[in-house]
Amino acid sequence: MTEEIIIAGFGGQGVLSMGKILAYSGMMQDQEVSWMPAYGPEMRGGTANVTVILSDERISSPVLSKYDTAIILNQQSMDKFECAVKEGGLLLYDPNGITKPPTRMDIQIFKVSATEEATKMGNTKIFNMIVLGAYLKVKPLVKLENVIKGLQKSLPARHHNLIPENEKAISRGLEIVEKVN
Amino acid sequence: MKEVKLMKGNEAIAEAAIRAGADGYFGYPITPQSEVLEYLMSQKPHERTGMVVLQAESEVAAINMVYGGAATGKKVMTSSSSPGISLKMEGISYMAGAQLPCLIVNVVRGGPGLGTIQPSQSDYFQATKGGGHGDYRLFVLAPASVQEMADFVKQGFDLAFKYRNPVMILSDGIIGQMMEKVELEEQQPRLTQAEVVKKCPWATTGKTPDRERNIITSLDLEASKQELHNKVLQEKYEKMEEDVRFETFNCDDAEYIFIAYGSVARICQKAIDIARSKGIKVGLLRPITLFPFPSKKVAELATKVKGMMSVEMSAGQMVEDVKLAVNGKIPVEFYGRMGGMIPSPEEIVRALKNQLIGG
Amino acid sequence: MEIKDIIQEKNIVYKRTSLLTDKAMSYCPGCGHGTAHRIIMEVIEEMGIQSSTIGVAPVGCSVLAYEFLDIDMQQAAHGRAPALATAIKRLNPEKHVFTYQGDGDLAAIGTAETIHACNRGEKIVIVFINNGIYGMTGGQMAPTTLPGMKASTCPFGRDTELMGNPLRMTELVAHLPGTYFVTRQAVHTPVAVRKTKKAIRFAFENAENGVNFVEIVSNCNSGWKMTPVQANKWMEENMFPFYPLGDIKVPEKK
Repeated sequence: MTEEIIIAGFGGQGVLSMGKILAYSGMMQDQEVSWMPAYGPEMRGGTANVTVILSDERISSPVLSKYDTAIILNQQSMDKFECAVKEGGLLLYDPNGITKPPTRMDIQIFKVSATEEATKMGNTKIFNMIVLGAYLKVKPLVKLENVIKGLQKSLPARHHNLIPENEKAISRGLEIVEKVN
Repeated sequence: MKEVKLMKGNEAIAEAAIRAGADGYFGYPITPQSEVLEYLMSQKPHERTGMVVLQAESEVAAINMVYGGAATGKKVMTSSSSPGISLKMEGISYMAGAQLPCLIVNVVRGGPGLGTIQPSQSDYFQATKGGGHGDYRLFVLAPASVQEMADFVKQGFDLAFKYRNPVMILSDGIIGQMMEKVELEEQQPRLTQAEVVKKCPWATTGKTPDRERNIITSLDLEASKQELHNKVLQEKYEKMEEDVRFETFNCDDAEYIFIAYGSVARICQKAIDIARSKGIKVGLLRPITLFPFPSKKVAELATKVKGMMSVEMSAGQMVEDVKLAVNGKIPVEFYGRMGGMIPSPEEIVRALKNQLIGG
Repeated sequence: MEIKDIIQEKNIVYKRTSLLTDKAMSYCPGCGHGTAHRIIMEVIEEMGIQSSTIGVAPVGCSVLAYEFLDIDMQQAAHGRAPALATAIKRLNPEKHVFTYQGDGDLAAIGTAETIHACNRGEKIVIVFINNGIYGMTGGQMAPTTLPGMKASTCPFGRDTELMGNPLRMTELVAHLPGTYFVTRQAVHTPVAVRKTKKAIRFAFENAENGVNFVEIVSNCNSGWKMTPVQANKWMEENMFPFYPLGDIKVPEKK
């Protein structure tokens, strides 16, 4: 099994940390993992994206142009990455701020209103965990218990008190994800 | 059991340095390698092992601190990215001249000039052909994974002391910034002063009555002596051949060979998967040491395949060494991206078909 | 009384320190470098710290200082001696570390290294030889060349409008919190030599407190195109008014 994922959105949406948690989760179940951020000006508020690969085999290229899954969190990223999903692959997006929804018929499309849900839950910081939950519902490649372990690994100890809330957000994402096509 | 961590390449360099028992790191921030110094500082290395870590006022000062430390026999290093490495070149030339061991990490970004902060391999010439003034070479290691970023720190120090020569880890923004699993070596103790004196009898450790004074210099104004010194250096560079390293993938039945190092070697592996699924028999030779360059292996493969293609994030630098080794026996093509652009596996396969296979 | 009666152990009033090598010094007759070398070595001998001292030579006339000083030495790239010394001392805190630098080395190309080593308070001694000219390369203008003073790159005298002002580096570093003792001395008379030696001894003894910075205003009779005697006179009349001798920063008595 090899899963090649791109997560793309605005800087500050937690794109990189979501990728990091996914990578840690894969590591917790003894998979090979890689996490490759597009670094640079993106770090300062522009668009941000990260390529995460989970695999049972040694990972070759950490940089890709075609993905099994694209998790898209703003319109610029939609413009850039809708076409980069492999045939039969998955596109998961948050409709917030999306003016041109995806149109491809040869891929699976799901949406999760994570921005809206995070606001309802009173904590916009857990937005990315809602998205992660949605992804795990569609592709349960990593076990929830390993995601929690991944969270423990990737969060500094002083933030471990936030783990229950993140867990709640993941569960919420699992519930509210919708199939589009 | 070895400790497995998920780390960025830059962090792996830093952690491996502490664990290798490094005595000192001197650096100056520059993207995309600032995590090396940041990580080191976060680890309170002075408390962990007594390692000295200092943010210098410039890359120039940093490399000269490395010179000062190395000349006392200590295990010292610096890291930077391309523009910063250019600034260090004077000091590196002096260290090569004075035969000082040290480790220099270049997390390459696109140039020339301030260029870009995106990854590149356009410092190949600078790393492998000298870089600064004078006839000298660095021992150059090219990691292709976060694991190798860590492993090459210890190996690099060992080679530096073996040859009394600066060793460069030529990485790039991809390997520096990406996270992968890395198995970390156990902590090695730093050498005691008595061990340093024994290991480095040439070092300026303080003149004791039992020996003549030690002088570390690259200067000899007498031309005949300077030539002799140069001959010693050249013999040393030739001897480095015994530590040449490379690896091959899918070469046994290959009709064509990609030659690529570092992150591009990884991308080529993906390209090989794609090409082979289309029936193209292509393999990969990945030089791990860029100096010494695995010329013999290239020459040997040239007798077995129809053509080679050097794939680089540059305008075509390593391809010159490939051509020298192939010596006209088979076609050698080049495919590269510049300025921080990263070639995709698909475009590498296209280039192979268009440029080498034809039709 | 014959000469051989005079040359006897009991009549010795002065002898060369054993920490200078037998190598004939390459400096011009009348140059202050030889004297400066000698008093540094006398201090190291008297303190008994030969085996724990590491010196750093610059680029300039004293690039070959390591030929004459019988201690472990490193030769630095132009201007970088304080960076070398920083690492040497930090990695070998039990050692005594000093740099020996000229004006071009310390106050032009190495300004950044000098200021930052001083500002960080590195536990080193910096000996700064200021003769207002580049001696080794043949008498070009230095950062410390006086207004109106001739050099091969200001053959009509230093025009400060065109070439900028001379830099009083010693006053500058005295302002930095990392310097402990900052002084300006000379070596052209026996009295001056005694004072300088006292300053250098103090500097070596107090290096653990931060940078101890000893400037020695010196001559360059070759570069100045004068006889040694004229050069010393010219130095007193012209250099000393611009670079007044004396302590600039003295630690408060405890």
